[in-house]
Amino acid sequence: MPANPARQTTEVLSNTDFDHRDLDWYIDRGVQILVFLGGISAIVFILGIFIFITKEGLGFILEDFSFREFLFSPTWRPTSELKETYGILALVAGTASVTGLAMLVAIPFSLGTAIFIAEFVDGKTREYLKVTVELLAAIPSVVWGFIGLSIMNPLIIDVFDVPVGLNVLNAGIILGLMAAPIMTSIAEDALKAVPDRYREAAEAMGATHWQVIYKVVLPAAKNGLLGAVLLGVGRGFGETMAVLMATGHSINIPTSVFDSVRALTATIAAELGETAVGSPHYQALFTIGVFLFVITFCINLTADLIVRGIRKE
Amino acid sequence: MFASSELNQRNRNRERVFRVLFGTMTALLVLPVIIILVTLVVKGGPVISVEFLFGNPTNGMTAGGIFPALLGTVWLVLVALLASVPLGVAAAIYLSEYAADNWFTRAINLAIINLAGVPSIVHALFGLGAFVVFFGLGTSILAASLTLAIMTLPVVIVATREALQAVPQSFREACWNMGATRWQTIHRVVLPNAITGVLTGVILEVSRTAGETAPIMFTGAAFFLPFLPQSVFDQTMALSLHLFVVSTQVPGMPEQLPFGVALVLIGIVLIMNSLSIALRMYLRGKKKW
Repeated sequence: MPANPARQTTEVLSNTDFDHRDLDWYIDRGVQILVFLGGISAIVFILGIFIFITKEGLGFILEDFSFREFLFSPTWRPTSELKETYGILALVAGTASVTGLAMLVAIPFSLGTAIFIAEFVDGKTREYLKVTVELLAAIPSVVWGFIGLSIMNPLIIDVFDVPVGLNVLNAGIILGLMAAPIMTSIAEDALKAVPDRYREAAEAMGATHWQVIYKVVLPAAKNGLLGAVLLGVGRGFGETMAVLMATGHSINIPTSVFDSVRALTATIAAELGETAVGSPHYQALFTIGVFLFVITFCINLTADLIVRGIRKE
Repeated sequence: MFASSELNQRNRNRERVFRVLFGTMTALLVLPVIIILVTLVVKGGPVISVEFLFGNPTNGMTAGGIFPALLGTVWLVLVALLASVPLGVAAAIYLSEYAADNWFTRAINLAIINLAGVPSIVHALFGLGAFVVFFGLGTSILAASLTLAIMTLPVVIVATREALQAVPQSFREACWNMGATRWQTIHRVVLPNAITGVLTGVILEVSRTAGETAPIMFTGAAFFLPFLPQSVFDQTMALSLHLFVVSTQVPGMPEQLPFGVALVLIGIVLIMNSLSIALRMYLRGKKKW
């Protein structure tokens, strides 16, 4: 028996080589690098998108671009013989009017539905409603556009006795129906994220169910609900096919919901195919793309910051 | 003592009013869509037949079938999946298993949110500028699929990350204690337990990819092609773009045919989504921990 067992243990340990870099070690390292590359791919792509669309639009921005004309002229006439005019004011008005009406439809309905699903029903009914909402969110935008064209259009002509049914009203309703399921899902998540102990505490104080919802749950979920609304706005703003098909696609600053308009996104979709690569018109369309990118980026960033704000609390 | 006071009564009435109000809102949100779907089935149903699904468009697309468009969509979806699933799963593994909670991870998350939030037409512009022009792929299935892959990457990442994070931490710790490396743990323990969750994300992506129109309009999908694509460097027709074309671009189109196309497209999308939801529910029911 050695006199000092502790000492011997240290010796054994120091004799063992813990740093054996076998094949598994190298595979582990390799995989770590690979998945890291996957992880940064999202950043690479989002930067890539910004760089490429800016690069394509750069010629226009540097040469023909007049900030004032671009933002404040209501005339979008890129193929005019006399003088090409690239003003997006009417297009912005088109996008804004359609998105605005869509939000008027979608915000109350999606928040109401979210509260109903999260607070008033449970068990199987809730599951069924959630699945339905999820399926509604999956309907492709080109199908919505087709619905606007083939179902809403004759309906609006019939009901309101107007000559054309492809207008702000049509696109607004279609876009509202499109955005509502997504907003409902996010809003419902926000309501579910409110801890049950808040509800229990309020109930223990004698609050009725509605008082609990109105005074406790809604204030606690406020930021999440705001985030849901913002994401809905972003969705409406960037929607392409549905607004291309349902707005009537005529350049117009609308004065009523029965006016046809044209949206920013739809302009790119309709005209890009007809332009020569590198022409001023082509570059102007990419400049609209940069404009859309920057605005949706800001909306998403704000929504993320707001939603993250509540998580921290 | 416990008789309800007037105040109690009023509160209870108010609650009933709101329950009815929100219930009606839910019904008003769901009902129009159900009516629309029924209309699609009623008007489009009679159009669908074997010849419609497997025939070529004839008479300037006003008659005949949709087979080239259907096949084109299959091509686009498969190539997009080949690109985005490995990348998305790798990204999700990084975020779930390796990433620390710091500004860099937040930047990645923000990029993912924005990738999902950028308008589809901006993705189209990117696809045109990057894949078609800069990398010289031309308008081809490959260029269109890569555009779609980037656009739908967030779907795979989010679903996979959720599936990975649902695997209990103790599983990993048990494995590490046996002396396994990080990758061995992920490969042998975490991924096998999360694979069905990953699958729901992939199916969801199939549905999203099949329905997208704007990103493929200028990158690889054609209005009409007299031949089927032979390789990924050919252009192709696609079901979503075909619906746009037959409902807006072709004069003298019989009223029923676009309904048939819309029904097939929405059928594919909804079946894929239902499959994904069913799988998720099955998974939740089977969960052992």
